[in-house]
Amino acid sequence: MATYTLISSNVLSSSAASVTFSAIPATYTDLALRVSVRRSASGRQDLLLAVNGSTSDGSNTWLQGSGAAATSGTSSGQYVRINNIVPSTAETASTFGSAEFYLPNYTVATNKPIGSFGVGENNATTAYIGAVASLYSQTTTISSLVLSLAAGSFDTGSSFYLYGISNA
Amino acid sequence: MATTYEKIATTTLGSATANITFSSTAGTYTDLVLVLVPKYVSTTATKLTINSDTTTNYSATWLYGDGSTAGSFRLSNVSPVIINYFNNTSAQSSMNIVNFQNYSNTTTYKTFISQNNNAGAGTDAGVFLWRNTNAITSIKLEPGTGNYDTGTIATIYGILKA
Repeated sequence: MATYTLISSNVLSSSAASVTFSAIPATYTDLALRVSVRRSASGRQDLLLAVNGSTSDGSNTWLQGSGAAATSGTSSGQYVRINNIVPSTAETASTFGSAEFYLPNYTVATNKPIGSFGVGENNATTAYIGAVASLYSQTTTISSLVLSLAAGSFDTGSSFYLYGISNA
Repeated sequence: MATTYEKIATTTLGSATANITFSSTAGTYTDLVLVLVPKYVSTTATKLTINSDTTTNYSATWLYGDGSTAGSFRLSNVSPVIINYFNNTSAQSSMNIVNFQNYSNTTTYKTFISQNNNAGAGTDAGVFLWRNTNAITSIKLEPGTGNYDTGTIATIYGILKA
């Protein structure tokens, strides 16, 4: 079996409030979710990941740079989340934020650590880069991933690729 | 088409173990990717040794955030090198991804980078230098104190350019 396999992808031809990967096969070891995203309205946004549809089982410890300062913070009882990295129509045209979520051992019956890294460079005064340590506090196998924004919709051209990585 | 991302070796611990060593990193690939999901018996972090080199040929610089403070820290002339800025407790779940670029060349010192994530303690990005021009042929992982516990999973992948 190939080690690094595309499971599913979605490139938006119209704006969408969310993108869902469901029925993820449990045949891999790790999952890698890579996205290129922009908001279809004004206002830079946070990128949210609901694991198995949950909006309350994620906790996050983040490290963020804005171009002027580095900060760190936490959030809990919510989504897996990368703050501020999704450009909007208020930012430079045609700029998209990039992010990767890495979900190791997604079928193992333990709480799931998730690592993510995202950037929203836009050749302006402020842009964000973030690394996030997240935990999905459920032991169930991860079978669905839902991406959304804290407010608004993804713009046309946003793309989403889910890969399975096997150590078999 | 050639496969460009291949598993080289993987270990899932069935009992507490002092260390995990990958000794099959022959120069077949261009880069290596190490994925470690550790469980620890005690509060500690992971130390890494390349090619059994226990001299102080390692250095490290981290950018880290613990949920309230963002900062940077470095160590030089150490052996072995710690790859996590934050310690893990035995109850915490964490993950580490370490990338070794151009690991088999014999003309440069070896730089490797990592992202380590522990939602209960913090996140850090690290860059490491091994001041040796030898190709990397083995990588040893061990907790700073105690053992890796049952359920620890470590996998090393090779990335091909051709």
